Amino acid sequence: MSTSTLDTPSRSGPRPTATESTGRRVRRRGERSRLATVLSHAALIVAGLIALLPIAWLVLLSLGPDKNDYLHPGGIAHKASLSNYSFVLEHTQFFEWLKSTLIVACGTAFIGVLFAATTGYAVSRMRFPGYRGLMWVLLLTQAFPIAVLIVPMYQILTDLRLIDNYLGLILVYCGTAVPYCTWLLKGYFDTIPFEIDEAGRVDGLSPFGAYVRLILPLARPGLAVAAFYSFITAFGEVAFATTFMLDDSKYTLAVGLQSFISEHDAQWNYMAATAVLIAVPVSAFFYLVQKHLVTGLTAGGTKG
Amino acid sequence: MTLAVDPPATQSREPRPGPIRRLKDSYRTYWYAYAMIAPVVVVLGALVGYPLVRGLYLTLTDATSLNSARTIGVNHIDATYKFVGLHNYADILWGPTAYDRFWSHFIWTVVWTVACVALHYTIGLSLAMLLNQKLRGRTFYRLLLVLPWAVPTFVTVFSWRIMLSDGGAINQVLGALHLPQPAWLEDVFWQRFTAIMVNTWCGVPFMMVSLLGGLQSIDASLYEAAEMDGASAWQRFRHVTLPGLKSVSSTVVLLGVIWTFNQFIIIFLLFGNNNPDVQILVNWAYYLGFGQQPRDFAQSAAYGVLLLSILAVFTTAYRRWLVRDDQPAV
Repeated sequence: MSTSTLDTPSRSGPRPTATESTGRRVRRRGERSRLATVLSHAALIVAGLIALLPIAWLVLLSLGPDKNDYLHPGGIAHKASLSNYSFVLEHTQFFEWLKSTLIVACGTAFIGVLFAATTGYAVSRMRFPGYRGLMWVLLLTQAFPIAVLIVPMYQILTDLRLIDNYLGLILVYCGTAVPYCTWLLKGYFDTIPFEIDEAGRVDGLSPFGAYVRLILPLARPGLAVAAFYSFITAFGEVAFATTFMLDDSKYTLAVGLQSFISEHDAQWNYMAATAVLIAVPVSAFFYLVQKHLVTGLTAGGTKG
Repeated sequence: MTLAVDPPATQSREPRPGPIRRLKDSYRTYWYAYAMIAPVVVVLGALVGYPLVRGLYLTLTDATSLNSARTIGVNHIDATYKFVGLHNYADILWGPTAYDRFWSHFIWTVVWTVACVALHYTIGLSLAMLLNQKLRGRTFYRLLLVLPWAVPTFVTVFSWRIMLSDGGAINQVLGALHLPQPAWLEDVFWQRFTAIMVNTWCGVPFMMVSLLGGLQSIDASLYEAAEMDGASAWQRFRHVTLPGLKSVSSTVVLLGVIWTFNQFIIIFLLFGNNNPDVQILVNWAYYLGFGQQPRDFAQSAAYGVLLLSILAVFTTAYRRWLVRDDQPAV
């Protein structure tokens, strides 16, 4: 279409328009009518409110001291207190749950990235017989319903005495985290030019040396994202954790949160406070890396 | 060793030697690649492959929690389940009450997947396009809209559950406006509606962020050229935006279908095990294996295998369809 490549930040530059000659107002590129701007803002505000509402609601409920306050949310403003938070921190096993969650999530992140990085590099740089098959299997493991694995895994873990054991849960999570991380890291490695490997090889590095000394340091942001992804996966997983962790001092937070409803006859106020305590650090961390979370997908896609 | 760093698509085809020779050659040429993928192959083989084989075997037996090997205190009881061939599959697919047990859940699962992915994609794309314009407060909106993704699902689903409960916030608001107050969590239709709504809320940010990345990578000069040629806004969307998003879209839609089809946690946390009509196949299989007594391991695993086969067929077909369009996304 356009043969001469226009300067890319063309939106800012003034361009000759036919405005004066025709007398009709012609909008320049990047300009919108006032109505369109108002509508865009309106749509975004509505969407933003919908996104925010359930979470704001949770925060509000966590301030109401009585477990039936969720039925009379209007009254919470008058008697708001932090008593739920102090109760959760002092009288429940919150810190033990937090500890188990952190052990499992960090373990998954560490092992997941360790294994996924080398393979991600290999599938990004080399074409070998079985390449397509491997990629296919990695994609297919995303499709594994928990139902197909949970029964045999339960039996295997029982045989290995890994039920109620952090290591067991970490291994189970790695089964899902490793394939996705491999895809993610492949996408990231694809964005690093081949010439870097070649330069390293010319300078006498072995292929493995080029990977360890040149590519891994360059891929540090990608590795961080993969680690974060595994962390989040393990952090928020419910089904395996519910089934494989039976001792209530080894619950992860996702399982512990449910126990407020079954055991203590629906104590929504404590649950809300716990939920807020969990959500704040995770979301803060999430915002730091969210831009890169899909880099693998989009980078792999747009390169064509 | 010679081919250690080798950009894709420079593979030359030579006449094929014999099989053993080929194996040797391929080993010599590619041992380095194989060494690098070995850890993942081993890990996946042990963590996914072995349980899968074991699960496949279970589906051919009549194992339940009553006849499996188990240890009670110090006594070890050996497994007594026996081989029943393909009986489980036949029973699930066309045994008595197969409609209630499998097909009704299957239809609901398909409806759920199509509805959720369609909503995710259209809402995600609209929001991404809104965010992709020059707009005051864009970063702020973006941060706000990613919130459902940032907060762990198991937290937000509980919040929805409180809001939708009988005397909860949403029904109070509807009551104040003199609108009907549906029983969101009890009535079958509204249960399904709720499930789709909550899942849509949770899943849109991922689509939005992915598609926004895709939109930003479309060359601005293409729009300029289209505008110069007199293309209307709709034509620019249809002939520049959509083709530009094609490869990102094909990946995220595939992932979306797979994830939604297997989306266990939302329905599990919203409705527990007690509402059979709203359970998609994954939840139903979990219910059979762990939510009831005695636990029916064999049938649960058989459902899992059926689910996996459905997805494998879908993914293969989807890839074929993409390749035919010359868009190898994966």
